[in-house]
Amino acid sequence: MTDAGTVFSITLAFLFAAAAGLVGSFALMKRMILAADVISHVALPGLGLAFLWHLNPLLGGGTTLFLGTLLIWQLQKKESFSTEVAIGVVFAGSVAIGAALTPKEDLVEAFFGKFEQISGLTFLIGVLAVALIVFFIFQCKSALILNLFSPELAAATGIKINRLNLYFLLAFSLTVLIGLRFMGALLAGALIIIPAATGRRLADSIGVFLLASVLSSVLAVGIGFLVNTYVFRNLSIAPTIIMASALLFCVSLIGSKA
Amino acid sequence: MATNIILSVHALKIKFDSRSVIRNLSFDVMEGDNVAIIGPNGAGKTVLLKALLGLIPYEGDIRWSPGVRLGYVPQKIAADRQMPIRVHDLLAAKAHVLKSPAGSIDAVATLVGLTPEVLNASIGVISGGQFQKALIAFALLGDPSVLLFDEPTASLDELAEEQVYEVMERLQRQQHLTVLMVSHDLSVVYRAANKVLCVSKDAVCFGAPKEVLTPATLEAMYSAPPQFFLHRHGEVSEPPRKAAGRD
Repeated sequence: MTDAGTVFSITLAFLFAAAAGLVGSFALMKRMILAADVISHVALPGLGLAFLWHLNPLLGGGTTLFLGTLLIWQLQKKESFSTEVAIGVVFAGSVAIGAALTPKEDLVEAFFGKFEQISGLTFLIGVLAVALIVFFIFQCKSALILNLFSPELAAATGIKINRLNLYFLLAFSLTVLIGLRFMGALLAGALIIIPAATGRRLADSIGVFLLASVLSSVLAVGIGFLVNTYVFRNLSIAPTIIMASALLFCVSLIGSKA
Repeated sequence: MATNIILSVHALKIKFDSRSVIRNLSFDVMEGDNVAIIGPNGAGKTVLLKALLGLIPYEGDIRWSPGVRLGYVPQKIAADRQMPIRVHDLLAAKAHVLKSPAGSIDAVATLVGLTPEVLNASIGVISGGQFQKALIAFALLGDPSVLLFDEPTASLDELAEEQVYEVMERLQRQQHLTVLMVSHDLSVVYRAANKVLCVSKDAVCFGAPKEVLTPATLEAMYSAPPQFFLHRHGEVSEPPRKAAGRD
């Protein structure tokens, strides 16, 4: 690895922030904002197994995240559960299994992530994943808005809402997965939650909301890196970014429109 | 199917789990009809509209004539009205999904009387009447030939209610739409509908209001003596009022 690995890693962190802002805005309107926090924990059993078997943590985390997402979707669809209930059930089981499987010395990394250089291939996969998320959000923005407003009216308009919900959950989980490595299972979801809450405070239209959430998320990552580089050098990057994001939310409370 | 029959329903059965909501319902709707669907709470009026829209499973036959486009105004929207979504965002989203031509939003807004101020307002700050007009404009996008209204004036005050009915009647006149409307207000049924469909577990009727809305039918349908006044043209009477609670 060279310095390019660090540049790749930082660039991917900013791209993750942008995707998190977009996905978080719709998650907030779908009232599944807490799900962001919880769904990232679904990765824990996979992370635990990956650490145990010395595999790539993203491979393990991604596998259980994907399976958990499908399970949540099925629970929502077939049992008419609310998203919160469905995710809550999967979450509790995942944390228990993850805590049991993850070696003690790797628990901190599993929870809070680790900022490290990444290869060109990992960077490329990350960029493609972010591009997929951004494409999905902008391609399906209208359908997502109608589904948020009224699933019944969306269905009457010809939108396949079950499929749309699955795609959104997958985009949501993919966003968490991109952030998992450097934000950890505990805080990857936080960058989906807080910037969206900040954006909501500042916006009264959907376009401004999306823009404000993305900017707030990207700014939090930028401030996090700066503070981590020059002030809290021994602190993990994830808590610094989340503290910066929380600070931006507090600032948004002053003189916000909404 | 005859050319001027726009909807044919035959032996329709709808049940949820083991509970039967609609049993063996059959009727035909002609082009340009304004059909009022009435019945007591829980009789399945909303369920019927959802089946007609293809939103829920059913047994039997629902046949729309080819090329029919449906617009739907629901009874209530469970949406969080605090979402940062403007009326125009909502209409633009549907126009985008349906690939409606440019200018269609302005056209439907003009039809229902939505001002530019309301179009640019958030859905959380407009009045109930304006919100209902927005829903009608929403239903009109895509140039529907049939409009399905589910208690379009529920929870509106009388002024807003009158405005919504005026819009509905104007639309039917100008756009030559076929309308199916769930309503509890018998005055509206007499005023706007040329046919009435009664949906009830004890009585089913279909026909012109003055023919089918007899005291005996209403009593059988609502399982209680009706409190209404039958209106005949040329006679002076109190307007009939709401028949029962909501579905």
